[in-house]
Amino acid sequence: MQKSVLKNHAKEGAIWGFIVLELIFFGIAGEYMSMTETAFLAPDNMILLLKQSAPLGIIALGMTIVMINGNIDLSVGATFALCAIVMLDSMTWPILAPLGDWAIPFAWGLALLTGMLMGLINGLIVWKTGVDAFIVTLGAMLGFRGLVFMYNGEQPTFHLNWTMVDIAESAPLGIPLPILVFAVCIAVVWWIMNRTVHGRNAYAIGDNREAAVNAGIKVGPHMVWNYVLIGFLAALSSITFYSESGSVNPNDGMLYELWIITAVVLGGTKLTGGRGSIIATVGGILAIQLMRKGLGFIGADTAMVNLVIGSILIAVLYLDRQLNRKGEEELKI
Amino acid sequence: MADTTLKSVGGFLARQGILVAFAVFMIGFALANERFVDIDNILGVIRSSAILGVMALGVTFVVISGNLDLSVGSMMSFSTIVVLDLHDKIGPELAIPAMFGMTLALGALIGFLVGYLRLNSLIVTLGMLSAIHGLTLTYSGGKNMDIDDKQGTWFGFFGQDEVLGMPVPILIFVLLAAVLTMLLAKTPFGRKVYAVGGNGVAATFSGIPRARTVFFCYIISSFCVATAGLIQASRSLGSQNTVGQGLELEVLAAVILGGASLLGGSGTVIKTVIGVLILGFIQNGLLLIGLEFYFQYVVTWAIIILAVWLDIAVKRGHLWSPIA
Repeated sequence: MQKSVLKNHAKEGAIWGFIVLELIFFGIAGEYMSMTETAFLAPDNMILLLKQSAPLGIIALGMTIVMINGNIDLSVGATFALCAIVMLDSMTWPILAPLGDWAIPFAWGLALLTGMLMGLINGLIVWKTGVDAFIVTLGAMLGFRGLVFMYNGEQPTFHLNWTMVDIAESAPLGIPLPILVFAVCIAVVWWIMNRTVHGRNAYAIGDNREAAVNAGIKVGPHMVWNYVLIGFLAALSSITFYSESGSVNPNDGMLYELWIITAVVLGGTKLTGGRGSIIATVGGILAIQLMRKGLGFIGADTAMVNLVIGSILIAVLYLDRQLNRKGEEELKI
Repeated sequence: MADTTLKSVGGFLARQGILVAFAVFMIGFALANERFVDIDNILGVIRSSAILGVMALGVTFVVISGNLDLSVGSMMSFSTIVVLDLHDKIGPELAIPAMFGMTLALGALIGFLVGYLRLNSLIVTLGMLSAIHGLTLTYSGGKNMDIDDKQGTWFGFFGQDEVLGMPVPILIFVLLAAVLTMLLAKTPFGRKVYAVGGNGVAATFSGIPRARTVFFCYIISSFCVATAGLIQASRSLGSQNTVGQGLELEVLAAVILGGASLLGGSGTVIKTVIGVLILGFIQNGLLLIGLEFYFQYVVTWAIIILAVWLDIAVKRGHLWSPIA
């Protein structure tokens, strides 16, 4: 028991070790290979990196919870786009016109409700029908994307509200707002998973669903809540991102789910459920963003970034497998 | 009592459910718009489903063996780009086998990682999705690929021509489906695929080479992907780097719609073909009765979940999941 706890700590530490390596590598390589004068490790650059990590990171927190619970959500990219459209479009509704700038919180609220509703739909289907979460959310990915396209065809939806842009670009205490939102989300989600009954039950359900049922845990509602939570976080991510840009393409958010799952898995969360850590997921997101940005900084193109990240994912999986060989059941999806 | 009735009626529906659903859709659309049953329309639908369909044939093997393949979309982009590039460099006669060789090598790599190293197929193919996309971009330098002399090449044969009045993509699809049906249903290899997917441990104890079987499933999948890439390249004689992006999930949707279980051990090639056709005809039928193009995605969502739900409900004898 003691040993496995130690091992878990070592594994959670691994992602941070990797991040340090990346920082050192790009810090040094950047000196020689960069096109620009500024150093890779310059504070401005690091803050920008954190800011760019926020949209994917916020959703990844939700994905971690859902995966700890033993499920998965492939529809978050579509939810992300759908919430953005609802937010930007609702501000142009005549009914909100008399509100002036007070339409902004309404639009945000509507976007959050949309995200939660999408999560609720997924959660209820997973719970009530017993269809595998992978299939349910795969279908939802297509369905939600269909809703996105039906909303405004292939046209981008845009609405520029300068007050909203000012809010999104504000930086209280010198920290850009998206980073603050991300930080608050990390804290809250960490608290939920480590300090509440819901969090403990989510781990228990993911680890052994049958045992959880026998222990009297209401498995279904917990799963639904986790889907609502990831829907909420996808909407929040959408708000932090699109309040600033004010324009959304119907294809936005495609393949986000795959990047996010990559980050979550890099952070050590198990696809089979029951294990995973919020903090390690943050590490996973940072590691991926560092890789993308760092490789770009030393002049590599997106091609190289894709190649490297794909290879790292497989390498991590292999190492993880070598480090803790388990029984046959791990082979199933 | 009600449960037994549900079980017997549902049992029939579930065994033939996908056929019943298919028939209902076809009749419905045919009544709504007579252009739907026009032979040209039907051939057109099958023809445009052929690329997705060819890929789905291969993924069926992977899914039956209890694994997933999310890399087929990027791999299809890769083979399309490669064959178009090599066409101008070494001529189509050499380009096609060279492209097949390269795509099969990628399939072999995935097969090695999932089969022999026993890594989780979802994550391996997710990684390969990204890595192969990178490979494609590196290969093409990010540019679109075009054949220089589009008039003077016979390369358009696979995507554009007709033989005996049948479009070649359809012929390839049918031929491949027939061969793979034989392989899966009538050969020892096919039985091994079911055994490995149904219960991997039992299969191993029965002396079935699990690793090798999974390996060959990925080889078959990459062969199908290469064929799809060939049709795609031949049809347009030019391509973007992202031509196959997102197809992996549509392919999987078709396979699941055909009734293959993601847990492995069940599914057939013919059912996958039906799954592909359902997706194609729904898209076409909804357009013909005047609904918006993108509404098909919402319908597909409903159909996938309903199809799998029905299947599960019959097996457990209850409509609703017993989970508290």
